[in-house]
Amino acid sequence: MRAAVLGASQGMGRAVARRLAQRGDQVFVLGIEPEQLEKSAKDLEVISGQPVGWVECDLLRPETFGPALDRAEEALGGLDTVVITAAIFASQERLEEDTELLRNMLLANFTNTVLLCEEVRRRLLARGGGTLCVFSSVAGDRGRKPVVLYGATKGGLSKYLEGLDHRFRSQGLVTICVKPGFVKTGMTAGLKPPPFAGEPEDVARRVVRAIDRGKPLIYVPPPWRFVMMIIRCLPRFVMRRIKF
Amino acid sequence: MADERLSENLERITREATLTRGLGRSYGDASLPHASGARIANSVLANRLISFNLETGALRAEAGLSLQSLKEIFLPRGWFTPVTPGTQFVTLGGMVASDVHGKNQHVEGDFGHHVRWIRLRLGSGEIVECSETVEPELFFATIGGMGLTGHILEVEIQMQRVESPWIWQRRERIHDVAITLRRLREAGEQWPFTVAWLDLLADGRDFGRGALMCGRWATRAEATKPLSLQVKRRAVPVDVPGIVLNRRAMRLFNAVQFKWSQRDSEGLEHPETFFYPLDKLLDWNRMYGKWGFIQHQAVIPCDDSIEPALQYFDLIRTLEVPVYLCVLKDCAHEGRGTISFPLQGYTFALDLPFRPDATQRAVDRLNEFVIENGGRIYLTKDGHTRAEHLRAMDPRLDGFNELRRRWDPEGRIRSALSVRLLGDTP
Ligand SMILES: Cc1cc2nc3c(=O)[nH]c(=O)nc-3n(C[C@H](O)[C@H](O)[C@H](O)COP(=O)(O)OP(=O)(O)OC[C@H]3O[C@@H](n4cnc5c(N)ncnc54)[C@H](O)[C@@H]3O)c2cc1C
Ligand SMILES: NC(=O)c1ccc[n+]([C@@H]2O[C@H](COP(=O)([O-])OP(=O)(O)OC[C@H]3O[C@@H](n4cnc5c(N)ncnc54)[C@H](OP(=O)(O)O)[C@@H]3O)[C@@H](O)[C@H]2O)c1
Repeated sequence: MRAAVLGASQGMGRAVARRLAQRGDQVFVLGIEPEQLEKSAKDLEVISGQPVGWVECDLLRPETFGPALDRAEEALGGLDTVVITAAIFASQERLEEDTELLRNMLLANFTNTVLLCEEVRRRLLARGGGTLCVFSSVAGDRGRKPVVLYGATKGGLSKYLEGLDHRFRSQGLVTICVKPGFVKTGMTAGLKPPPFAGEPEDVARRVVRAIDRGKPLIYVPPPWRFVMMIIRCLPRFVMRRIKF
Repeated sequence: MADERLSENLERITREATLTRGLGRSYGDASLPHASGARIANSVLANRLISFNLETGALRAEAGLSLQSLKEIFLPRGWFTPVTPGTQFVTLGGMVASDVHGKNQHVEGDFGHHVRWIRLRLGSGEIVECSETVEPELFFATIGGMGLTGHILEVEIQMQRVESPWIWQRRERIHDVAITLRRLREAGEQWPFTVAWLDLLADGRDFGRGALMCGRWATRAEATKPLSLQVKRRAVPVDVPGIVLNRRAMRLFNAVQFKWSQRDSEGLEHPETFFYPLDKLLDWNRMYGKWGFIQHQAVIPCDDSIEPALQYFDLIRTLEVPVYLCVLKDCAHEGRGTISFPLQGYTFALDLPFRPDATQRAVDRLNEFVIENGGRIYLTKDGHTRAEHLRAMDPRLDGFNELRRRWDPEGRIRSALSVRLLGDTP
């Protein structure tokens, strides 16, 4: 596998990149903080015993997408898999107060992620197919009080990924939508872990397996599939009342 | 509540922090903040490898790297740490700060004997590097220094080549405390890993029955099976009600363990089962009920005679609280750290149920014995020792505090443990 991972310097993205590197896949690191990107690439080099490259790719600057993918293709000698874990998260309260942050979150998590996916789609289809694995969230499964705004971006993203898979799988483009529940990463630091909170390494193991098998949708950790099944069935008057 | 920060960027979050912690596997208050609301850094996301020298086996990594990841990455390639504690859910930083020991203390010493270099942020905010030759005082004070000399950011250790990832294990069932003590020493002459487990809940003749486990890395010829490191773990989902694990239940548990441990056996064992038997039960401490339990680990110096160790057993027998489990190890090397735990002798790790007052009295009695016999207690497992007892036990503390002040004049770096035992201001 020759994979570019956007978000590979932190959290679940890094865990996925490590897992791939460990079993001998070639990886390329994309993200925004050069110092962290370099350290993470070095880590993957030690793990895989192969050189690992990195380049900046910013979801808030779509003009970086093309050149970043060019660099990845060049370094890997072709690209067959792209994993996108990058996203912006903030609490509902902060997003309600801070319009600038809200604008960035909406742009990064939906509009620009879709633009990036479209760029990846064109490239992968041109070479006869490949895998696009994107992290959405259980927050997109239902309109809920604590994640009205963030959840909206993830809901839109999930729908886009589903459609993409339906439209292009026959042409060789496999689209995988990952919906994490609560996972202990920097993104959720400071929040109290609910039951079924996951570890990034465990998520990575399941995500890599889903990539290998071409599964279009996975919930991680798995119990969240059932939690969300129930949440999706709850009538509106209940959703208005509960805090979840 | 502490204000705990978690980030891949450990350098950033240690800037304002008064303490850094890892996976929190220390039993007592070593990794807890000195005051409520104090800012502490959690290292676990800072777990990247920096370099590995295939020729020399020198590994450099960030302090949050877990032993579990290290094992998964390196064991299949024929490398492992020379020293491992009884759980893999610990970080490099935690292993340095506690100067942990394993079942091979009598051969390899402590983890600190294999640390080559440390990069840390001092209480003054400055980031420095140290080793045996560069800033050696800081280096040795940090090994076993319970995080009180600064925030460990990166560590270089010497890894060891292993012929196969499997363990060749021998188990012996033993019915007597004195024989166990002797056999443990004898076995150490042949086996790099030795440990004994004793049942101290049984009455009369059965008191002190147990098992001796010896091991070494299996040779390539012995290791016939491929090794899978993906082991199924079970979580203990809820606290087991206190009554379930009362003395009688634990007695039964120990008795069954004893009866089940085959007479004497020898053969191939999975490294996970050999080194980390408790890790298969995530959150296993919940089994001890809501009140929880405490550990007390002490080293009792014994040269050629086992007399002091036997006396310690006599004392344990008369404690007000039952000792659910006793794990015995043979120590041969004093630690290199300024306040490292190990000394030449036997170490006793005891699991005691927590009961208000009674447990405190039991710990006091154990500590009085340790003082009289020139032993030491293991700070990373301690939550109940009195400051005056520790002072009486360990003349090294004043020197250690002096060194700390040199790098941290304002006394910023503190923990609940250092307030309880080392006279730091809360
Ligand atoms: C089941 C079990 C078995 C065990 N078996 C053994 C054994 O056989 N031998 C043995 O020696 N120990 C053993 N231990 C104890 C354990 O190895 C130590 O407590 C170890 O330090 C825990 O590492 P941690 O990463 O969880 O550190 P924490 O518990 O988070 O912290 C422990 C101490 O290290 C300091 N620290 C951690 N990271 C840093 C850092 N980056 N910079 C500065 N200070 C830091 C903390 O401040 C604290 O003082 C066992 C523990 C358990 C739960
Ligand atoms: N953690 C959870 O509980 C949880 C739950 C549901 C869904 N999710 C989703 O899962 C994904 C991964 O989450 P995580 O917890 O692993 O997060 P994380 O540890 O916070 O990592 C987020 C990653 O996003 C990158 N990033 C942020 N802004 C960016 C930008 N403008 N351009 C490019 N990259 C940017 C960061 O890159 P740098 O390292 O370069 O800064 C970082 O690698 C996200 O899509 C998140 O929404 C997470």
